[in-house]
Amino acid sequence: MSNWIEVGAVDDIPVLGARVVRNGDVDIAIFRNNNDEVFAVTDACPHKQGKLSQGIVHGQSVTCPLHNWKIDLTNGEALGPDEGCTGHYMTKIESGKIFVEIN
Amino acid sequence: MKEKLVVIGNGMAGMRTVEELLEIAPDKYDITVFGAEPYGNYNRILLSPVLCGEKAIDEIMLNDLQWYEDNNITLHKGVKVTNVDRKACTVTADDGTTVEYDRLLIATGSDPFIIPVPGHDLPGVIGFRDIKDVDTMLEVSKSKKRAVVIGGGLLGLEAANGLMKQGMDVTVIHLMDWLMERQMDDISGDMLKNSLEEQGMTFRMKTSTSEIQGDGKVEKIIFADGSEIETDLIVMAVGIRPNIELAKQIGLHCERGIVVNDTLQTYDPKIYAIGECIEHRGMVYGLVAPLFEMAKVCANHLAAYGIGIYTGTITSTKLKVTGIDLFSAGDFIGDDTTEDIVVRDASRGVYKKIVIKDDKILGAVLYGDTIDGSWYFQLMREGTNISDIRDALMFGQGHLGDSGHGGNVVANMSDDAEICGCNGVTKGDVVKAITVKGLFTLEEVRAHTKASSSCGSCTGLVEQLLETTLGGDYTAPEAKPVCACTEHTHDYVREQIRTQKLTSIKDVYTKLNWKTKDGCAACRMSVNYYVISSWPEESKDDYQSRFINERAHANIQKDGTYSVIPRMWGGMTTPKELRAIANVAEKFDLNTVHVTGGQRIGLYGVKKEELPLIWKDLNDEGLVSGHAYGKALRTVKTCVGKDWCRFGTQDSTGIGIKLEQLSWGSWMPHKFKMAASGCPRNCAEATIKDFGVVCVDSGYELHIGGNGGIHVRVTDLLTKVDTEEEVLEYAAAFCQIYREEARYLERTAPWIERVGFTYVKESIVDDAAKRKELAERFKFSQDITRSQEDPWTERSTKGVDAHEFTPLKVIG
Ligand code: SRM
Ligand SMILES: Cc1cc2nc3c(=O)[nH]c(=O)nc-3n(C[C@H](O)[C@H](O)[C@H](O)COP(=O)(O)OP(=O)(O)OC[C@H]3O[C@@H](n4cnc5c(N)ncnc54)[C@H](O)[C@@H]3O)c2cc1C
Ligand code: SF4
Ligand code: FES
Repeated sequence: MSNWIEVGAVDDIPVLGARVVRNGDVDIAIFRNNNDEVFAVTDACPHKQGKLSQGIVHGQSVTCPLHNWKIDLTNGEALGPDEGCTGHYMTKIESGKIFVEIN
Repeated sequence: MKEKLVVIGNGMAGMRTVEELLEIAPDKYDITVFGAEPYGNYNRILLSPVLCGEKAIDEIMLNDLQWYEDNNITLHKGVKVTNVDRKACTVTADDGTTVEYDRLLIATGSDPFIIPVPGHDLPGVIGFRDIKDVDTMLEVSKSKKRAVVIGGGLLGLEAANGLMKQGMDVTVIHLMDWLMERQMDDISGDMLKNSLEEQGMTFRMKTSTSEIQGDGKVEKIIFADGSEIETDLIVMAVGIRPNIELAKQIGLHCERGIVVNDTLQTYDPKIYAIGECIEHRGMVYGLVAPLFEMAKVCANHLAAYGIGIYTGTITSTKLKVTGIDLFSAGDFIGDDTTEDIVVRDASRGVYKKIVIKDDKILGAVLYGDTIDGSWYFQLMREGTNISDIRDALMFGQGHLGDSGHGGNVVANMSDDAEICGCNGVTKGDVVKAITVKGLFTLEEVRAHTKASSSCGSCTGLVEQLLETTLGGDYTAPEAKPVCACTEHTHDYVREQIRTQKLTSIKDVYTKLNWKTKDGCAACRMSVNYYVISSWPEESKDDYQSRFINERAHANIQKDGTYSVIPRMWGGMTTPKELRAIANVAEKFDLNTVHVTGGQRIGLYGVKKEELPLIWKDLNDEGLVSGHAYGKALRTVKTCVGKDWCRFGTQDSTGIGIKLEQLSWGSWMPHKFKMAASGCPRNCAEATIKDFGVVCVDSGYELHIGGNGGIHVRVTDLLTKVDTEEEVLEYAAAFCQIYREEARYLERTAPWIERVGFTYVKESIVDDAAKRKELAERFKFSQDITRSQEDPWTERSTKGVDAHEFTPLKVIG
C-alpha cells in the first residue's frame, strides 16, 4: 500500500541543496534543484554508502561527497561509467509542500 | 526552421568542426557534407601505420557512415564540389547535386605538390595523401621491388619506411644537405640519416630530379647531374599546397591559403574556412593540433555564440617511424640573440638541443631520447622562466626531484604496478581501458577507471600511459579546460572574471557560455573561488558551491560522521582548553581523540546534528574552528623556540601565533600550511610547508613552496629578513599572490614549479611596492569578508545555516 507523506515545504530546502528525512533506520535525502524540482533517494551512495545529501547538486544529479560518483536523482542510478543504484522515491509538490511516497 | 550548413571537404578539420558543433548546438543546423573521397571520415595521420601494416583501414575510421545517419547529416561521398554561387547561396557538385546554404564551411585540405618535371603524369607517380595513394603503394609492393621517394621530410620518410616494411628497396632523394631540415638541425638530421641507413634505406642528398621516363608507366628517374636509377614507383613528398582552387574560382580572397580572420571567417561573412586550406595571420598549417583548436572556435561562431578567437598555434613534431625517437618544436636553430644548451652522446645515439632566450625556451630538438619532449613543449608554451631549473633541464623532468610528475617511468612498470594509489588502479587496468573501451583523453580515463580522479598526483603517469598506448593517436591537449562543462581554461575564466567584472557564478556561466546550467561539482567550486577571491567586496560566497566539509565546517568521514579540530594557535594550548576538549569528548561520547599531524587535537565520529552543540561548548572556553576541513590556512606548526630550547635563537612560537592570527580564516586555492622553527635544526619542519620561517641569530629565513604529501617538495629560500614585522608582511604578500594567481586546487608547490620560483621572488622580494600592495590586498580581503569571525560561533549561536544540521523531518 502506498502512502504519501508530507515532509516539509519546498522552501525548507536550499536551491541546489538537500535535507534528510529520517524514516526509522533509513535516511531519505530530499533534493531541490535549480528548477525547483524535488527528488528523493536513499541517502546512501551505491559505491560505499556515502551520504548523497552532502553532495553537490547539478541538473538532475548529485555528485557524491566521498569519491565523486554521479547519481541520477530521477531514478537513483549511478551515471556514466559507474554502475549501481540506490533506492528511489516518488515525490510531488502541492501548494509548496513536498510529499514523498513511502511504501 | 533550421538553418542550413553545408560543408565542403570530409576530412579531419571539417568533421571535427561538425562534431564540436553537434556538441554545443545540436539542433541549429541541417547539415550537408560533400567529400571527394568515397569514405566516411578517417584519421589521415594513421595512413603511415596502415602503410607499414601496423593498422587496418577500418581501425583508422573516425566516423563511419552510421555516424552521419545517426546525426541526420546528409553525406555526399565520392562527390566533388565544382561551384558555389555566392549570390544565390548554393553549392553545386560534379554529380549535379545543388544545395542551398545559410552558412558554408570550406575544409578542402591540401594537395601534395607534384614537381612538374617531364613524365610526372606517368602511372606510378603518386603523392602520399589519402587511402587511394596507400592502396596504390600496397598494390605495387606486392609484385615490384624498387621504389623512389622524392623528399626527405616527415611525410617522405614515413612513406619510405612503410614501403621498406612492405619489402621494397627504397631510395630517398633529398634536395637539401640534411633530412627534415624544417624540423631538425644538421646534427640531428645526420643522426637520423645514419639510423635509417642502418635499417636499409638508401639516400641521395643534394640531388634534384630532372625527368621521369617510362613506357606507359614509370621505369626510371633521371637527376640533374645526369645520373639515373630504375624504379617501379615514385612517391613525391616534397610539400603540400593548400587546396584553394575552388575558393579562388568563386572569388574568395586567397593568398597562400584562403584568408580567414580570428573567427575563421573568410571575406564572405557567410563562408567559413578551416584546416590546411586556410591562411591565418600569415600562417599556413600542416598538422592536426592547430585544426583541433580552429574547430572549437569555428563551431562556436557557427553556433552563433560568438566567443573565443583563434590566435594561432605553436606546433611540435614527432616522426612516426618505429624505432626512431625524434621530437622538435619551435625555433630550434636560434640566432645571435639566443643561447643553446646541447647534449650529444654519439654512442647512445642521443642528441638534445634546447634554444633559450631571456630565460625562456624558444624551441627544442631531441633525437634518440624524447621522453622530455612534452615537458619542454609545455615549458615553452607556458613561457615558464627556466632559470631555476637550468642545471637540471637537460637531464629531464625525472631529475627535478620527485615534486613534479616524474619522467617517463611508466614504460618500465609492470602491469600490476599501481598507478593511482587513491583508487587502487594498476597500469594494466588503465592500458586495458584505453584499448578495450577506446579511450583517448585523460578525462575519459578518469571517468572509466577513476585513475587520477582523486588527488591528481598520478595525472602525469596516466598521460604517459595514454601516450605510450596510443602512440600517434594521442595529442596532449594544449591547455586543459576546467571540466567538461566548458572549453575554457582556469586561467581564461579567471581573467574574464577580472576584466568583465563578473561577480557571481551565474554571471560567469552566462557570459562564458557554460554548456550546463548549474555546472558540476568540479567547476562550481573553482568558479566560486575565483569570483570571491577576485571580488571580495562585490561578490557573495555561494554556499551550495562549496564542498560539504566547507559547508558543514567539519570534515566528513567515511561513515558519514564528522571530525572536529579546534585551533591551537601556533601549536600552543592551555589546561583550560584541554579540559574543554576532554569534557566535550566525554559528554558526546567521542572515543577517538587524536593528536593530529598539525599539532592539535582532533575529535572523530561526531554526528552532524551534534556539531553545533559541541562547537558551543568549545566556543565557551575560547576555542574556535581550526579549518582542518578547508581550502584555507590550516595550521602553523612551531617549536618551543628560545624560551626553552638551548639552541633557540628567536621566539618561534610567538611568530607562529602571529602568523596564524594574521591569516586564519582566509580562503585559498588549496590548503595552506605554515611553520616556524627556532633554529636551523628545524624541528617544526618549516622547509616542507607552504610558508616556513627558520629563525637564525641575525633574523628570519623565509621559505616558500614546500609540502609533504605524495610528492614531497622542499621549500625554496625566498629571502632573509630582520624583523617580525617583515615576516608578517612577506607572509601576507605571499598568501595573496598565491590566492590571486594559482589555479583552484593547485598547492603552492606545483604552482611555483609552473610559474617559476624566480617569478615569485621578483614579485615579492625585488619589487617592494608590489609586495606592499599584495599584503594590503590580503588584509583588505580578510577584513571585508569578515573571515575571522568564527564560523563555528555563527552556526552554534547565531543560527547561520541551521538547515544544515537538522533533519527535515523524522518519521516512522
Ligand atoms: C587530521 C589529519 C590526520 C591526523 O589525524 O593527524 C589529516 C587528515 C586528512 N588529511 Fe592530511 N591530515 C593531517 C595532517 C597532514 C600533514 C601534516 C602536517 O600538516 O604537517 C600532511 C603533510 C604535510 C602537507 O600537507 O604538506 C598532510 C597531507 C595531506 C595530503 C597531501 C597534500 C599534498 O599537497 O600532497 C592530503 C590530500 C589532499 O589534500 O588532497 C591530505 C588530506 C587529508 C584529509 C583532509 C583527507 C580528506 O579529504 O578527508 C584528511 C581529513 C581527515 C579528517 O577528517 O580530519 N592530507 N596531512 C591531520 C590534520 C592536521 C590538522 O591539525 O589540521
Ligand atoms: C600520411 C600522412 C601522415 C600525417 N601525419 C601527421 C602527424 O603525425 N601529425 C599531424 O599533426 N599531422 C599529420 N598529417 C597531416 C594531417 O593529416 C592534416 O593536417 C589533416 O588531415 C588536415 O585536415 P584537413 O581537414 O584540413 O584536410 P584533409 O584531412 O585532407 O581533408 C580535406 C578533404 O576535403 C576533400 N575535398 C577537397 N576538395 C573538395 C571538393 N571540392 N569537394 C569535396 N571534397 C573536397 C578532400 O578529398 C579531403 O578528403 C599527416 C598527413 C598525411 C597525409
Ligand atoms: S628548532 Fe632546535 S633549537 Fe629551535 S627550538 Fe627546536 S630544538 Fe630548539
Ligand atoms: S561512496 Fe559515493 S562515490 Fe564512493
